[in-house]
Amino acid sequence: MSEKILDVRNLHTSFRTDAGEVRAVNGVSFNLEEGKSLGIVGESGSGKSVTAYSILQILTGNGRVTGGEILFRGEDILKYTPQQMRQFRGKKCSIIFQDPMTSLNPTFTIGNQLMEAILLHTDRTKKEARDRAEELLTLVGVNEPKRRLKQYPHELSGGMRQRIMIAMALSSEPDILIADEPTTALDVTIQAQILELMQELQKKIGMAIIMVTHDLGVIAEMCDEIIVMYGGRVCERGSADDIFYGPAHEYTKGLLRSIPSVNGQKEKLIPIAGTPINLLNMPKGCAFCSRCDNALKICLEEVPEEELVSPGHYASCWLNVKKRMEGSGEAAS
Amino acid sequence: MARYVCKRVLLAIVTVFIITLITFFTMNAIPGGPFNSEKASSPQVRAALEKRYNLDKPLPEQYILYMGGLFQGDMGISTKTGRDIRQTITESFKVSAKIGGLAALLATIVGVIMGSIAALRRNTVIDRLIVFFSTLSTAVPSFVLATLLLYFFCIRLDWISVWDTENQNIILPVIALALYPTAYITRLTKTSMLDVLNQDYIRTARAKGVARPKVIFKHALRNALIPVITYVGPMLAYILTGSMVVESIFTIGGLGSKFVTGITNRDYPMIMGTTIFLAVLMVTMNLISDIVYKIVDPRITFD
Ligand SMILES: Nc1ncnc2c1ncn2[C@@H]1O[C@H](COP(=O)(O)OP(=O)(O)OP(=O)(O)O)[C@@H](O)[C@H]1O
Ligand SMILES: [Mg+2]
Repeated sequence: MSEKILDVRNLHTSFRTDAGEVRAVNGVSFNLEEGKSLGIVGESGSGKSVTAYSILQILTGNGRVTGGEILFRGEDILKYTPQQMRQFRGKKCSIIFQDPMTSLNPTFTIGNQLMEAILLHTDRTKKEARDRAEELLTLVGVNEPKRRLKQYPHELSGGMRQRIMIAMALSSEPDILIADEPTTALDVTIQAQILELMQELQKKIGMAIIMVTHDLGVIAEMCDEIIVMYGGRVCERGSADDIFYGPAHEYTKGLLRSIPSVNGQKEKLIPIAGTPINLLNMPKGCAFCSRCDNALKICLEEVPEEELVSPGHYASCWLNVKKRMEGSGEAAS
Repeated sequence: MARYVCKRVLLAIVTVFIITLITFFTMNAIPGGPFNSEKASSPQVRAALEKRYNLDKPLPEQYILYMGGLFQGDMGISTKTGRDIRQTITESFKVSAKIGGLAALLATIVGVIMGSIAALRRNTVIDRLIVFFSTLSTAVPSFVLATLLLYFFCIRLDWISVWDTENQNIILPVIALALYPTAYITRLTKTSMLDVLNQDYIRTARAKGVARPKVIFKHALRNALIPVITYVGPMLAYILTGSMVVESIFTIGGLGSKFVTGITNRDYPMIMGTTIFLAVLMVTMNLISDIVYKIVDPRITFD
């Protein structure tokens, strides 16, 4: 069994807004193993990005982690000093964002921004940093690296910029790379290229990846472990096989019905009915309850606990509890 | 870049040329002339004077004569004082430019600093104080402020003498001139800074592990200054040419007051001279601010 590099326990994050406290993440737990890929799926607003930003402590000013632990190799990074946190960001753990068009500073050259990252975390001279920047651009498949270094972001295409973001994120060979929907803003052919590049680099550098997406296809292709989020909670987590072939939460099942099947068969797609929940006013029971076809009375009343479905596969759904109790009831009678 | 500058300079020349045309003919269209109010002058004297200043010739010819002189650097002499216009303008511009330049510098530095502080300390007491101050200062007209300053510092406190020909104190006029642009730049910087701090690239910089001061001074400030630069150019031109009101309250012989007295005296060469000078200054400042804008923001392309 390989080493846990990141262990998130019962994470809570909320935002202070004029309308009240937005509880974007409510008790998320998962762990990431060295060199492995973890996928976070869930619909828009389910708290995927907020979870990712909480790990790096790059929430906006009104956001705060209000509870839980984030253990990086056993150390709680929530207890880090600002100085230690800066050492963690970019060096131990990097992130690439959804929109490469806006993620680079428009007023500085690619070279300047790339070298800034290199100089921050390694003790290279300016000259060495420039060589390293060139090397990185070559690594991520950017042609004419010398010229690119002198260009400004607006002179490059979206796919190119995302490659540069990846180069920047990998400049100090981090242990963890978080990718927050890295391909959503790109067109399909470029998407495939970027994903391929990430897989290739993972093999080369050996970092662990957290892949945030709402595209189950991407997850299926890239990830070893998956967590499914809904309403700021994890509703199910397990290996890719567990999730795809034995989903144990109604939301996951709905999610799988709502995508074209992975092996390309034509099937009728069934969207999940209803609207996402209001985070300002969280329901008392299961967050998914109002949209669940098989909801029980207790689903309205109480938040389901996370339960083991099979080794390494957990789900939080009352239906599983019911099934288990019925099962044990039958066995007893 | 060079092509763009050439194009802009040409355009500027055309603009100034059109301004001379408009000024010349409207100035002459206004009732009254340079020698109308001269009570004692006899018709003969007046005719002689008008001949001396070419005022007896048809207007188009007068205009051509004036422009001919202008191309040789001759702006004529004042119909009121008989002094050389170019020299008068140069001298009074020195006074205006000193006060105006200081005021512009003060406004930009203080405005950017206060605006940034307000943005970074949003919703704190400091932010509220800065907002209060800047709202107040944009609401107070400069002549009221100038009068108040004069009243308190010169008359009430007697720190500065009201009028001193030898060693004129420039602090009060500089403050009076700077207050409005300071407040404006403060607000502009704050809005723009708040906007920039929410941009994705700031998040990227933080995620890289860049320390907060560097995030602000390197990544945010440069972008936040872009709208400020577009304001500072024209503001500089406006302020350098001197505010007529402030100059007359503090009895400063600057360009602004020369312009005003030129108009009341129907001092044609003086009106033409100051207008052309102001136009050239304005056009140049705009050009400079556009070029600086391009240097700061590489996305701006020249075409
Ligand atoms: N700065 C903020 N202030 C207030 N609420 C916020 C803020 N950032 C996020 N939220 C709220 O947190 C919730 C979760 O947002 P998050 O960005 O994590 O969603 P997501 O799962 O990443 O969705 P998407 O797929 O659209 O990126 C959203 O409902 C959002 O309204
Ligand atoms: Mg997101």
